Amino acid sequence: MGVVINVLKVTLEEGLMYALLAFGVYLTYSILDFPDLSVDGTMPLGAIITGVLILHGVNPWLCLLAAFLMGAGFGSVTGVLHVKFRIRPLLSGILIYTALLSVNLVILFLFNDGNSVASFFRKPTIFSAFPASLIPETVGGLYIRQLVVSLVLVVACKILLDVFLRTKCGLLLRATGDNAGFVTMLARDPGRSKITGLAIGNGFAALSGSVIAQAKGSADQQMGVGMVVLGLASVIIGLSLFKGARRIRPTTAVIFGSVAYKACLSVALALGLPTEYLKLLMAALFVLALIAGDKPVLRRRLKHAA
Amino acid sequence: MLLELQDIHLNFNAGTPDEMRLFEGFSFGVPEGEFVSVIGSNGSGKTTMLNIICGTAQPEAGKIVFDGQDITSVSAVKRASWIGRVFQDPKAGTCAHLTILENLALADNKGRAYNLGRGVPKNRREHYRALLRQCAMGLENRLDTPVGTLSGGQRQALALIIATMSDIRLLILDEHTAALDPKSSETIMVLTDELIQKRGITTVMVTHNLRYAVTYGDRLLMMHQGRSVVDKRGDEKRALAVDDLLTVFNDISIEMGN
Repeated sequence: MGVVINVLKVTLEEGLMYALLAFGVYLTYSILDFPDLSVDGTMPLGAIITGVLILHGVNPWLCLLAAFLMGAGFGSVTGVLHVKFRIRPLLSGILIYTALLSVNLVILFLFNDGNSVASFFRKPTIFSAFPASLIPETVGGLYIRQLVVSLVLVVACKILLDVFLRTKCGLLLRATGDNAGFVTMLARDPGRSKITGLAIGNGFAALSGSVIAQAKGSADQQMGVGMVVLGLASVIIGLSLFKGARRIRPTTAVIFGSVAYKACLSVALALGLPTEYLKLLMAALFVLALIAGDKPVLRRRLKHAA
Repeated sequence: MLLELQDIHLNFNAGTPDEMRLFEGFSFGVPEGEFVSVIGSNGSGKTTMLNIICGTAQPEAGKIVFDGQDITSVSAVKRASWIGRVFQDPKAGTCAHLTILENLALADNKGRAYNLGRGVPKNRREHYRALLRQCAMGLENRLDTPVGTLSGGQRQALALIIATMSDIRLLILDEHTAALDPKSSETIMVLTDELIQKRGITTVMVTHNLRYAVTYGDRLLMMHQGRSVVDKRGDEKRALAVDDLLTVFNDISIEMGN
């Protein structure tokens, strides 16, 4: 029984941490209608920046901010490639992802003594430093700090994102994904809106990288593999789960999607699926979600709900 | 003159065997407050003229003067701050996934910063209701409905309200009733005329409907191969009948060897 509860807890934790990534994908893919592949690079970028900074004694909460800003920086480069140089969305993302493969290694090489993994197990993280230190470490034998901190963080980000999407800037962003010509008629450059959206989306991806690295106590390039698929799957599963439910905000649906996706993977692993099959299963689940979600209909609804 | 096109030249596919000369020294001026209806067969240059005015097509030579200022090299985005445009496609003038309220609030903010302030201002609902009431379609009671669920006619009415709600100096109507059924088309045309008369907005309306061109507007311009072949205003325009225009159309066809 204890084992099952622990698996549930870990699944929930991971689902929440990856929900931050899914927020970013929701923003770029669903709202801006921009299939952004740079996420595979900006997520480990956030992790690696965090690892290096924590090793240099930087406050772990500040690392979250640093990761978000770095992710946002590279996300806006993806946007500039697309908007200013008219490179197709997919290609812009792949180019930034490819560039980040090197950038991430260079950061590790320069600031981590050439080690390709930044390990900081004994250093303070957002899960151990103040104010997390105020939370009791265990309740009934279960380590709950990670769960509580992730939950607070995800809910805070969800509220911020919801509020942002209802500001003038947020509305303009939604209009950009919907009808760029409309934005032009408002005498605004829809390109600038796209760049803003990609910056925030990749900021969230890097933020999730930072949180996941802090939970693991290490960071490396490998963490980014398959992140686009994971993020997209969470978004699509979440939004199709709550298809008819008008009252559920899409950001909430995305959190549930992320947890549900992680749960499917946990179940498969618990049933004895060898870990090398994990990415295959991730892709297969995503395909299922796409088919079940009946994409075009889903996307229309999703934007209605936004 | 509020708007002047001066000696416009434009070729399509210049330097290829498909080269098509459209404008060779085309000039056209609209005084402040005038409502011009523009007609002409396909390929006569009506829509290209609108694109040149709005900045989405660039002439090879010539000048575009707006309110005394040369705007030839001003971007389409900048020009949109004084120009409102309604397209043929009702989907083009609104955002399907945003609610009526959100669409109006976005347009209401035109000319100001799109910052982190509240997207939908609380105290403007009544103002938006009043604007929508002009359409007489009951849209004022559906502020929170996503625009994608409206009919083509309703969407075009909303697009018209949106295009005219800010302080624009010039309204461009690009066959804006052509995609609608006859009844909606009529409703939209009546609404258009009301809005224009109420505010005295300078308007250029391209239409394929000869009756609208004859009935509405202070001036009628008929274009053919990048030139104006009929240009009547005032009493001369009032004396025009649809049959007169059809005769001109036929004469042109005969001239073309059809």
